[in-house]
Amino acid sequence: MVDPLLRVEKLVRRFGGVLATDNLSLDVLPGELHAIIGPNGAGKTTLISQLTGQLTPNSGAIHFAGRDITRLPSYRRSRLGLARSFQITSLLPDFTAADNVALAAQAHDGHSFRFWGAARREKHLREAAQAALNRVGLARRGDVPVSELSHGEQRELELAVALATRPQMLLLDEPMAGLGATESARMVALLKELRQEVTIVLVEHDMEAVFALADRITVLVYGRVIASGAPDAIKSNEEVRRAYLGEQHAVTSHG
Amino acid sequence: MKLQINVRNVVVALVALGLLLLPLYSAATGNIFILTLFTRIVIFALAAASLNLIMGYGGMMSFGHAAYLGIGGYAVGILAFEGIGSGFIQWPVALAASALYALVIGALSLRTRGVYFIMITLAFAQMAYYVASGLSRYGGDDGLTIYRRSTFGGLIDLSNRVQFYYLCLFCLFGGVYLIWRIVNSRFGMVVQGIRSNEQRMQAIGYHANRYRLVCFVISGTICGLAGALLANNTDFVSPAGMYWTRSGELMVMVVFGGMGSLFGPVIGTILFLLLEELLSQFTEYWALVMGPLLLLIVLFARGGIMGLLGRVGRG
Amino acid sequence: MLVLIEQSLNGLQFGLLLFLLAAGLTLVFGIMDFVNLAHGSLYMMGAYFAATFVAWTGSFLLGVVLALGATLLLGIALEFVALRHLYGRDHLDQVLATFGLILFFNDAVRLIWGPAGLVLPLPAWLTVPVQIMPGVFYPAYRLSIIVVALAVAAMLYVVVMRTRVGMLIRAGASNREMIGALGINIKLLFTLVFGLGAALAGLAGLMQAPILTVQIGMGENILILAFVIIVIGGIGSIRGAFLAAIFVGMIDTLGRAFLPDLLRMVLSSAAASTAAPALSSMLIYLLMAIVLVLRPEGLFPAARR
Repeated sequence: MVDPLLRVEKLVRRFGGVLATDNLSLDVLPGELHAIIGPNGAGKTTLISQLTGQLTPNSGAIHFAGRDITRLPSYRRSRLGLARSFQITSLLPDFTAADNVALAAQAHDGHSFRFWGAARREKHLREAAQAALNRVGLARRGDVPVSELSHGEQRELELAVALATRPQMLLLDEPMAGLGATESARMVALLKELRQEVTIVLVEHDMEAVFALADRITVLVYGRVIASGAPDAIKSNEEVRRAYLGEQHAVTSHG
Repeated sequence: MKLQINVRNVVVALVALGLLLLPLYSAATGNIFILTLFTRIVIFALAAASLNLIMGYGGMMSFGHAAYLGIGGYAVGILAFEGIGSGFIQWPVALAASALYALVIGALSLRTRGVYFIMITLAFAQMAYYVASGLSRYGGDDGLTIYRRSTFGGLIDLSNRVQFYYLCLFCLFGGVYLIWRIVNSRFGMVVQGIRSNEQRMQAIGYHANRYRLVCFVISGTICGLAGALLANNTDFVSPAGMYWTRSGELMVMVVFGGMGSLFGPVIGTILFLLLEELLSQFTEYWALVMGPLLLLIVLFARGGIMGLLGRVGRG
Repeated sequence: MLVLIEQSLNGLQFGLLLFLLAAGLTLVFGIMDFVNLAHGSLYMMGAYFAATFVAWTGSFLLGVVLALGATLLLGIALEFVALRHLYGRDHLDQVLATFGLILFFNDAVRLIWGPAGLVLPLPAWLTVPVQIMPGVFYPAYRLSIIVVALAVAAMLYVVVMRTRVGMLIRAGASNREMIGALGINIKLLFTLVFGLGAALAGLAGLMQAPILTVQIGMGENILILAFVIIVIGGIGSIRGAFLAAIFVGMIDTLGRAFLPDLLRMVLSSAAASTAAPALSSMLIYLLMAIVLVLRPEGLFPAARR
């Protein structure tokens, strides 16, 4: 048995009286694509936010690559190789696509307290940015300001930014959100390639994508894990079926 | 970065040339007043440019920038009062004192965001104002007269109007050049990224507040230099010069010219102070016009002069 | 001991005045997300109106009531003409625009009333000392400020906590979208709240007028104190503003009264008289810095958006 890359132990997070994360434990193995699904309000985004450091848990622990990162601020986690994409696209709107990616590369290339040389002329940063853009199919869109990119392109740029930090693990918060059918298909193809190189935690509503991609699936309901295992096992799990009954994306419709 | 020829850059070049040649005009016409006026303008332009670094590029709306003018000025004034007249000591002390103040105020204020930040920088600057008023050895409320301008060992004579003007202009152009380098550097990219989307910058590995703080300190230090120049220009420092309305005026100069454009604050300062001068020649009550004008500019001309020129260039 | 009681009452009185000013500011900010630097100008206008109307009518009470009404109307007019176009804009825009208004008001006052400043004389019945405890006398006017300000604070509490309008105000302070969703005439509500804030500022100004001189720029120093108060108390919180205002009023007054003597115990007399005034002015900002370090959102933050 390999050591997990990410280990979440008995995580608890309350908002007022509401338990958004309820004694949640989870292991992600190196190299796998681990999907997290659950009905709306299951606490998926709350979980992601705790993994990336936007939120601090009330109790429990998060270990990444053998280190306790439970109380580490998000910029330190990023340096350890934990990258995220945001559910609602969160880029630097007044910068070009290439600038967005180059800044991510710069964050992991020594310190940035350099006040004199022109950053846009640093060749290796530009090259790293171009490589990440190529990777996600935005090779020719580098000079376009983010605010002029299409929604689908912005989602791809989110991925490029995450990749440019050279992560060990990608946390993707609904990368297909708001994408049309063609764009979704492109994203799935892209994720299929990326999973060869990097461990991925995927939070996603699009069940078709999840079952096409995931090695393992964890199902959250009311902040608790109700099932975790291979896609086939999840499909036939009684509790999961019940949880999703009445939900639009009924698991059964795919099974 | 290639220099483009457009309306905006032509205006900037003309203004810079005009500032360079102004002493010639003054000498030719015997108009000393205009040289005095523009010395003041150039000094305030440096202060406005420093404020623009944090406001326009860093997204930090500091409402306390007059404090640095005062600190830089008092450093010169107090040292002169105590018998240390050398600018080689006075000016580094002025810069260091401003930097230190910026470091402390910044570390506290940057814990907050948005309107809290505006109010807190304002409140701290008022605190500095009261401290200055309490310096009874150095004139308290009445301020401190500087009987001798900073000396630089015969290198330059600050009592000579033209030499002093060119020194101020050198500081202004040097300051703007420095800010230009900073804005395009790695550091500048990070600071602008944080203005644009702090959460994103944290997520890709930047400790946002550390960059903000350094930017805040650089801005304060440059403004401290403007303070040292201003004290030499007026031969006088007083708490009134760091009153909060002065901070407001600096903000107005920046916004007049166009926030986040390199040369905008310089043009904004020229316009603001010329307008003030012009209006006060017509009427004692110039603020009756300036106040509503400010309101109108905020309502209808966002982006300031540089924004308007940019639109002309494209149109 | 007598001095301590007297100075504490002075501190309470000053704190209550500050509360009147801060309450309007925090309400306007909390509900409309609007930073109004010109709030201090309304305070100044309240004082000038009072000095003028009292002189015209020859009656202190009548003049004061007229001045209050005039400030209320001025506030509503200001909101209607200029400020409502600034809702939803950047805070920077609001700061700059209202800064322009300060410039305007200061010069307008200079034009109308002249640069010298006015005096608002008190009627004889308000100048007598009142015995509040055996052997302790306190000026009737300062006492009446305390009574009036407390009454207004209580009224404000009842309006905000017990009435329908107050419910909307509270809802607005914690969740701005919600009042829109309730189908309320927001424009009218905003104008009302702004008018209320203006009247409170005017009330504070006219009550302060007989104690200090009525002069240009009188609203600016106290405006910054009001800012400090709402930062300490938490923006949008009336309760926070009340407690912070009393606190700041006490510290300011007691600091000025006793710090010089305290410092003289550890410093030379000359050094103490230099340091004391600066230090007592700084105390409040020091307090604010401490609050910020410990609670960046203030002591009583209104429910966050």
